[in-house]
Amino acid sequence: MSRSGVWIVLSIVHDKTLSLSPSLLSLGDHPPRVESGWTTKARCFTFALLRKQAAIWHKVAWLQLAFSARSADSRRACFAIRAIGESGNSLRTPASTTHRTSKLVTNAVAVKEAAASSAATKPGHELLMFEALREGLEEEMEKDPHVCVMGEDVGHYGGSYKVTKGFAEKFGDLRVLDTPIAENSFTGMAIGAAMTGLRPVVEGMNMGFLLLAYNQISNNCGMLHYTSGGQFTIPIVIRGPGGVGRQLGAEHSQRLESYFQSVPGLQMVACSTPYNAKGLMKAAIRSENPVILYEHVLLYNLKERIPDEEYICCLEKAELVRPGKDVTILTYSRMRHHVLQAAKTLINKGYDPEIIDIISLKPFDLYTIGNSIKKTHRVLIVEECMRTGGIGASLRSSIIDNFWDYLDAPIMCLSSQDVPTPYAGTLEEATVVQPLQIVKAVEQICE
Amino acid sequence: MGRSAAVLLRLWKRQPVHDSFSGRAFSSNAFAERRAKESKGCITVQIQVPFSLHNLAEGPPVESRTGKKELLAMYMDMLTIRRMEISADMLFKSQQVRGFCHLYDGQEAVAIGLKEAISKEDAVITAYRDHGIFLAKGGTPFEVFSELTGRVTGCAAGKGGSMHLYKRENNFFGGWGIVGTTSPLGAGLALALKYCKKNNVAVAIHGDGADNQGQVYEAKNMAALWDLPLILLIENNHFGMGTAEWRASKKASYFDRVSYLPGIKADGMDVFAVKEALLFCKEHCLAGKGPIVIECDTYRYHGHSMSDPGSTYRTWDEIKQIRQARDPIQFVKQIILKEGAATEEELATIDKQVKKDVEDALSKAREAPEPKEEALFTDMYKHDKKFVVYGCDRKQATSRLA
Repeated sequence: MSRSGVWIVLSIVHDKTLSLSPSLLSLGDHPPRVESGWTTKARCFTFALLRKQAAIWHKVAWLQLAFSARSADSRRACFAIRAIGESGNSLRTPASTTHRTSKLVTNAVAVKEAAASSAATKPGHELLMFEALREGLEEEMEKDPHVCVMGEDVGHYGGSYKVTKGFAEKFGDLRVLDTPIAENSFTGMAIGAAMTGLRPVVEGMNMGFLLLAYNQISNNCGMLHYTSGGQFTIPIVIRGPGGVGRQLGAEHSQRLESYFQSVPGLQMVACSTPYNAKGLMKAAIRSENPVILYEHVLLYNLKERIPDEEYICCLEKAELVRPGKDVTILTYSRMRHHVLQAAKTLINKGYDPEIIDIISLKPFDLYTIGNSIKKTHRVLIVEECMRTGGIGASLRSSIIDNFWDYLDAPIMCLSSQDVPTPYAGTLEEATVVQPLQIVKAVEQICE
Repeated sequence: MGRSAAVLLRLWKRQPVHDSFSGRAFSSNAFAERRAKESKGCITVQIQVPFSLHNLAEGPPVESRTGKKELLAMYMDMLTIRRMEISADMLFKSQQVRGFCHLYDGQEAVAIGLKEAISKEDAVITAYRDHGIFLAKGGTPFEVFSELTGRVTGCAAGKGGSMHLYKRENNFFGGWGIVGTTSPLGAGLALALKYCKKNNVAVAIHGDGADNQGQVYEAKNMAALWDLPLILLIENNHFGMGTAEWRASKKASYFDRVSYLPGIKADGMDVFAVKEALLFCKEHCLAGKGPIVIECDTYRYHGHSMSDPGSTYRTWDEIKQIRQARDPIQFVKQIILKEGAATEEELATIDKQVKKDVEDALSKAREAPEPKEEALFTDMYKHDKKFVVYGCDRKQATSRLA
């Protein structure tokens, strides 16, 4: 690889592209030479949001960008941009895989460095994930007076992660209800209110605190619709930050997906980008079923450009993040970003992984997942949930039940270690799945 | 009368057009009609056991005004509950009812006092001993028997069982199996009433055992904090399963547990005491004064559930004594006879009629079909027809949010 250049892998599913965002960025020590010329039917805008990393690989400059672009009707277009720097040797791919890589490029055009279009002409608006959540919640509250928020410090304080900032002034104290520190009772109260037709959004200040309300969520919220023979619905949304953060300690780093997944009658979704955070929030509020919306502490400040016009995501549909054909990587929440990081290396090594953000943790979108498995015949699950009895375990058993005949290799599942999340940074890092592990796992699966 | 005319007027106005319940054995409960009758002052009943008050300057009136019609309705309703529970007991013993079955007999005065004091729009939620309250909220013995025997005609289509009776259209939010949760859920009902600016109250019922749960305290705090129109009704039957109240509670009185909440203790075997106390509570809540606690001192004749003979932790003598001295149905019967509202013969006719109605309901329930297997997956999620099979062929689960 003696030449510096940019490859743009482009596969547009639908031509009504409205927004583009970089999902993963990596750059070696040489800035890439970006060449010009999108020739898509849609209005596509490239932008160079290139983050310099420490020179991990000497004299290697490479850049991969995977763009996920979306249109208002949530059909997806996926992009992968790849730049190969001069004299790369340490990430040199074998001839066979280089060949494979080249096959990836279905529509490559050069883009000039200066071609990164100006922000003024970009459609949509850029915001952080907590702002996206707030936007979704605010829109729904404006639309439907039955939507209300309750939780600890959601009102005057503005929410511990600022999701409800400014709401108390706008909507009033009763609609944005600051509750005492009594998770059990205020969750129960929200469920009681939901039984009569209100649509409360309950904020668990931290997922771990919701264990105090487990009885309410499981016995009262999940089962009522069924045990009442369909008389009652509980259109409640229970949301809050979970996941391993930055050294938050064991109690504040919990992933409760595995706790709640066996509660019948609950729906669970995990958001992973500002785009789907807003769409899922709105969908969850409109759903007649009790929905638990998982947010991740480390993703609140993730920035993305989202459409200006109103949109809504489907609670039950997985998102195809990157199409590929070698292996299906199923992931959700923060691990999506770890997978995307690993994907850069994988693509460079000549693999073509298909990445699916499963979004719906219950029920699984086995239609999307199944179609992918029928194509790739190999599955890797990457999750932040616990190894024992986690989402990955359920997913694996569903896949075995439904798609056994299509599998060419054992399903691999990378999960968090079965330990209370330790405080020390190094130990914490070892608890959750790291990109390098993903790379190795894919290599092993595709052997 | 302690109630002001303005409040009465408001209570009348709040009455819906159709306030009568449909159950055959149950008489009309038209509130306004009854109030009008009452104002004529047909019969005055003295409340025998004085109310105990907490944080209240003035309590409910010590006499209750009623009429012949109401007296007979109360008698019939209480007798229906009694008869229904006896039948349920037999059904269980003949193994037609399985699982759990908690009988309400002995506590009828609480349910019927509640029925007479509140309207259809008032929300009620209770714990697992819910047969009586369900009837008081407009349910029918047929629905109860159907549910107990697991038939589609049950009030929860056979999916609930004894502890999970519901009636959405009459704002009865169910029996709940895990005790103590009714307080926060009831606070939620009250919050929704306040939120939607409705002029109604929520009544959350639990027993003396559940009052030791932390969430009850939490709910009291929140309801008081936001002045929610919540009546916390404690059916104190003196035993949490088999544990006597004094063995579980440091202080075995429940209406005065929290310093900031007003409370009333009423004789739960006297239907008029319960009614007057609840009317007082409703007035209190509707005046925007926040939640109020009412403890009804009552007694259950049967054991905790069917597996409990009810005699290991109390004596037969004790039960017998209470049956003789405080039986709520006998109490009403005596008033009826004393006031000449009906003769012994007329009451005997009513007894026969109630017995026949309950038996008819039972045989009708026995004939009702059991749920089909398809029903297993329905009512899991709203719009769940698309979710029945989670397979790779589930193609259109997504369209509903478009």
